[in-house]
Amino acid sequence: MSEVRLEGAVATAEELRVEDSARTRRPGGLARTLVIKVLSALITLLFVLVFNFFLFRIIPADPAKNLVHGSTSLSAKQLAALNRTFGLGKPLLAQFWNYLEQTVQGHFGRSFVTLQPVIHIVGERIWPTLLLVGSSTVLSSIIGLWIGIRAGWHRGSRFDKQSTAITNILYSMPDFWLGMVLLLVFSSKILIFPDAGMHNPVGTGGGLASLSDLLWHLTLPCLVLTLVYLAEYSLIMRSSMVDELGSDYLVTARAKGMRDRLVRRRHAVPNALLPSITLVMMNLGFVISGAITTETVFSWPGLGQLTYQALNAPDYPTLEACFLIFSAAVIVANLIGDLLLVVLDPRVREA
Amino acid sequence: MSVQSSSTLDAVSRSRRALTWERRRAAVRRFWRLFRQDRVGLIGLAVLIVMVIVALAAPLLANSRGLNVTLAHGPLDAGPSLSYPLGTDTDGRSVLTLLIWGSRISLLVGITATLISVGLGAVVGIVAGQFGGWVDNVLMRITDWFLVIPFLPLAIALAIALGRGIGIIIFVIGVTSWPGTARIVRAQALTVKTRPYLERSRALGAGHLHQMVKHLLPSVMPLLLANTILTVSDAILAESTLSFLGLGDPTRQSWGEMLNNVFESTGGSAGNVVWLIAPGTAIIIVVLAFTVVGHTVEGALSPRLRER
Repeated sequence: MSEVRLEGAVATAEELRVEDSARTRRPGGLARTLVIKVLSALITLLFVLVFNFFLFRIIPADPAKNLVHGSTSLSAKQLAALNRTFGLGKPLLAQFWNYLEQTVQGHFGRSFVTLQPVIHIVGERIWPTLLLVGSSTVLSSIIGLWIGIRAGWHRGSRFDKQSTAITNILYSMPDFWLGMVLLLVFSSKILIFPDAGMHNPVGTGGGLASLSDLLWHLTLPCLVLTLVYLAEYSLIMRSSMVDELGSDYLVTARAKGMRDRLVRRRHAVPNALLPSITLVMMNLGFVISGAITTETVFSWPGLGQLTYQALNAPDYPTLEACFLIFSAAVIVANLIGDLLLVVLDPRVREA
Repeated sequence: MSVQSSSTLDAVSRSRRALTWERRRAAVRRFWRLFRQDRVGLIGLAVLIVMVIVALAAPLLANSRGLNVTLAHGPLDAGPSLSYPLGTDTDGRSVLTLLIWGSRISLLVGITATLISVGLGAVVGIVAGQFGGWVDNVLMRITDWFLVIPFLPLAIALAIALGRGIGIIIFVIGVTSWPGTARIVRAQALTVKTRPYLERSRALGAGHLHQMVKHLLPSVMPLLLANTILTVSDAILAESTLSFLGLGDPTRQSWGEMLNNVFESTGGSAGNVVWLIAPGTAIIIVVLAFTVVGHTVEGALSPRLRER
């Protein structure tokens, strides 16, 4: 699923680098670059808002009808009341303006199912997702980059062949299936890990016990995401390591008698790391929405599970808010990745 | 006189065409010689051929009545036995039958969605590369925008808006996965555009369409081939994910649909473990085979990549 996206991302990263260095050669380049990047991120965000509005307002003909699942027990009067509640009766442009205003203020309307304000529901769900995605990204990038560095440096070695084979298999694996298999093994057959949720429903008391209970529940979903994304990161790191292999500066470093390990650590890795770290950062936005299936399998109470629940309801205001957050996450992560490149790459920074 | 000249022209152009085809046949032979050297790629190709044969021969291998819940008489959620080699699901259907028929939908969706995606990407990339200027700018803005929209939520939103069904799944995967192809094709088109033979064709008065169809398209074709094969594996994974989330057509069994059934009816802890293991393994094998073949094709076509 992400191969195409990744290739695209690689292309963007490389192109951005070229663009960056070209741009920063002009006077006042750095500030200009930053402003342009932030502005274009904002414009993309506006596009997402427009798209979001049209997708959810126009295509489902009448959300109020969906609310009652086509049951006929609702009178015309009740339907009209529902339409008023959700602001569905007004002209489109007014609806859009209304939508923009409300979104900026953080009002996403009320859930069609629980009738609670969506912002509250979403607010509760953000932290579990950030915990899951954050911990798995840290683990997968550290392990993935390490594997990639070793495999790329000793290209063609046994370690390279084996790790490439394993990461290719992991890359071909549907994450939800891996989750279900892990659940089957560790939760149904050998009762080691809990099968659902984030906390023990009975309660564990406070403090340290509660924390270890949380980690206990986090282990399996975090493992799934780590394994799946580790494959991506190690493949990227390996190929950018291979790209550096024939470089002149490595020949120079060896020629002056530097030991192989030092050549790798001081010269090759920092250069190869640059595109990889930027990509890990940019990918972070996609991992957040990629967690939908994993959260569903493990009943992890995050945004992904919320999306799945809203999808089956269907609960449009909640879905809309989730979609907006997922898109914004990608845009923000892209922006941070871009800015990180400016900070990390001296060619961009000092030019 | 005029008849004669036109017939000689015809002969010249025919021999030119013959030359072109000869060159292409030689290129294919060269390509196959390089492909053959990669043992892993050959294994992948063999796996794909077997899978396609299984999918095409599904009616011969398993009775389609076995897919119907009301006609299934097997034991419920039972492990492998002689009459049910891979056991049964919670409706008493043979898992092997589901798996064989599922290969049809999974491959069909994967390949058709890829054709849409690669077609769209190729057209956008070639047009952007050929025309440049504001056309390029607008097309690349749109491409960039599709790149930042996260795939899964977009696919979910579209599937909800358009309804559920196999055609919609194909459409959704197709229209959400083309930006990568468009970028690669555009980059290639831009480099080819500066080559002397295109300059020559422009000097001889070739129009945009002629340049795009006769020169740019053939030059991006090898790249497109590798990209297509790699995209199929993504599309198959995407299909399984969407079906797993319940956005597929419940009446058409695909591997993702099977996993959706496992999850919905047992929460994953099925009595018949094979019911869970088999579709996932099938997905991994096919996706891996497409990936391996795609990389081998890439390597055989590009000497720079071959060194890796």
